[in-house]
Amino acid sequence: MAQQKLRAAFFITCLGDQFFPRVGECAVKVLRRLGVEVTFDTAQTCCGQPAFNTGFRDEAREVAAHVLDQYRDAEYVIAPSGSCTTMVRVFYPELFADDPERLRQALELKKRFFEFSEFIVKVLKVEDVGASFPRRVTYHDSCHLLRELGIEQEPRKLIGAVRGIKLVEMQDNQLCCGFGGTFSVKFPEVSVAMAEDKLRAASLAGAEILVANDSGCLMHLAGVIHRQGLPLQTMHLAELLAKQE
Amino acid sequence: MSETGVQSGEIHERGNTALNNAHLQDAYRSSTLRLYTNRRDASNLVPGFERLRDRARELKHEVMEHLDEYLAQFADNVERNGGHVHWARTSEQACSIIIELAKKAGGREVVKGKTMVSEEIELNHALDAAGIRAVETDLGEFILQLAGERPAHIVAPAIHKTRQDVSDLFVANLHSQPTAEPERLTMIARKALREMFQKAGMGLSGANFIVADTGTVVVIENEGNIRFCTTAPRIHVALVGIEKIIPRLTDLGVFLRLLGRSGTGQKLTSYTSLLTGPRRAGEDGPDEMHVVLLDNGRIATLADEKMREALFCIRCGACLNACPVYRKIGGHAYGWVYSGPIGALITPQFTGLSGARELPFASSLCGACRDVCPVKINIPDLLLHLRSNVQEQTPAPKPPGSLVKERTAMRAWAWVMKRPRIYALASSLARLGQRLYARQGWIRHVSAFPLSRWTEGRDLPALAPESFHTWWRKHETEK
Repeated sequence: MAQQKLRAAFFITCLGDQFFPRVGECAVKVLRRLGVEVTFDTAQTCCGQPAFNTGFRDEAREVAAHVLDQYRDAEYVIAPSGSCTTMVRVFYPELFADDPERLRQALELKKRFFEFSEFIVKVLKVEDVGASFPRRVTYHDSCHLLRELGIEQEPRKLIGAVRGIKLVEMQDNQLCCGFGGTFSVKFPEVSVAMAEDKLRAASLAGAEILVANDSGCLMHLAGVIHRQGLPLQTMHLAELLAKQE
Repeated sequence: MSETGVQSGEIHERGNTALNNAHLQDAYRSSTLRLYTNRRDASNLVPGFERLRDRARELKHEVMEHLDEYLAQFADNVERNGGHVHWARTSEQACSIIIELAKKAGGREVVKGKTMVSEEIELNHALDAAGIRAVETDLGEFILQLAGERPAHIVAPAIHKTRQDVSDLFVANLHSQPTAEPERLTMIARKALREMFQKAGMGLSGANFIVADTGTVVVIENEGNIRFCTTAPRIHVALVGIEKIIPRLTDLGVFLRLLGRSGTGQKLTSYTSLLTGPRRAGEDGPDEMHVVLLDNGRIATLADEKMREALFCIRCGACLNACPVYRKIGGHAYGWVYSGPIGALITPQFTGLSGARELPFASSLCGACRDVCPVKINIPDLLLHLRSNVQEQTPAPKPPGSLVKERTAMRAWAWVMKRPRIYALASSLARLGQRLYARQGWIRHVSAFPLSRWTEGRDLPALAPESFHTWWRKHETEK
């Protein structure tokens, strides 16, 4: 457990806010269980990634500036998403490369902005969060989390420490699920075909539940599962870590 | 008749055609997976493979910073070795230079080793129009020439063809007996090609590398046909994109160690030829050696400080094999010569943004390509950069089923996202609105773009009954 009481602002993300508020509730619960003082700024909206991902950098900058202003004084900011964390840490500096003041703010926020699993393992130095969940799960590496942030072992350590759980790895566990932000609606057929591959791999591994750290991937995969009536569930890591069954 | 021009605008239709063809899906999946796995295993066996990649990247960076000087040095050395250098700004210029040389060579035939640049400039069509027959001697290219298709992959051009497809093509065009045995198919092609090697007055190759400090053209291959093309005919012409240059012969080792392993998982390909000038007295080889150096959009790419990195590419094809989108839509969907992640980068650069505006979007930006790139090109980042260029420079058509243009929609979205109160209001209104659609927490069909595209193949979760904002206000502000 953390020695000192840390104060952290929680960044729910727009998808989390609108579609998966339970992910936020669970993340807050887990962080508090670990002694973190969690705050939430109600002026929060989105990190700006949809515009950036589609090539509209001016629009992305406007929204990003709002985020930079919002978290100027936060000690830590925690997002339950590898993708939104990547937006802030990797792409904000790129977006503001020609604006020295904003760039300075972006580089400064970069140091304080963490993805949920990363924060627990690297900052709090905790692996066992006191969860228990006797089910067979597989972990899906979301692309930004894995390749932009290099976070691969942290979620696995956290899952591995959950009592009663069985973590099974699926084949090609680092293959993209096909969400890809606006890719999911620009190339919907390809996007769904990629999800089908991912879900097949999860089933073949014998998993009951596919766990990931990004609401985008989970919304996409759950949508295919629901449409096709597949015997598989999805769950955000924060939801899993809040379980005490 | 084989296809010409840039058809990248049809990526959606062509991609879906491939996606719905089980035969093609099998061919792409098994071949890309085999090459991907071979690369992984081969690179894992090399201690310091990462350092090699970094070194290659540094060298490419050095080249791009001083491209003019290295090219001049190369040209001087080629001339000193007794060869000739020709500069071509455009495809047309390159084609006419080669046609002139072919006429001078006197033969009615030109034998060709596998060269993507010749596909890029549509050389076969130009030769054909000039009454000269181009004969592809690479087995994959030979198959595609019979089929009238473009390469579907940078290093494995006929990756999408099964043995049965090849047999059918040979029966129809070469009147051979049907067979599904690769060895027998190869022998049929070999027999047809041998004659041509002996008849042709000119051999044409590409180049994997050209070396500035020695004037050497380096070609690698597995079939031996390139060595044949570059040595048997009286004239050898190497057609080369200017970005293929490396500074010194001593740098070649870095690239050779990366290229074979990245492309096919081979330590070295079966043949590596270093061609330095025409034959000298008492030696075998061509009487004349010509190098055609092609720009065709490369200098414009060099001028773009960000996109310059795309010129680092050594055409190993590893990014295609790693790409989950390429594996699904296949090479022809990209609508030009280069496919996969690198094709999505360089096609808009070389052929213009407007005709290829969809390509940078044909990626989930997963980054698997960057993981395998031997020169560590930051492909997803460059694709994002191109997306932004596309939105700024080419008018976006209104998406089908959409009331407004994408830009208008994004502007409105950004306007809302900067205003937390409006965001909260929109969030409440959307909850009212979705009552018409949602059943037990799910939405099966939405008719308005872009969600219409979402619900084509997936269900959409309904917005949660209350947002996190609402939950927080209820539970936290009371405390």
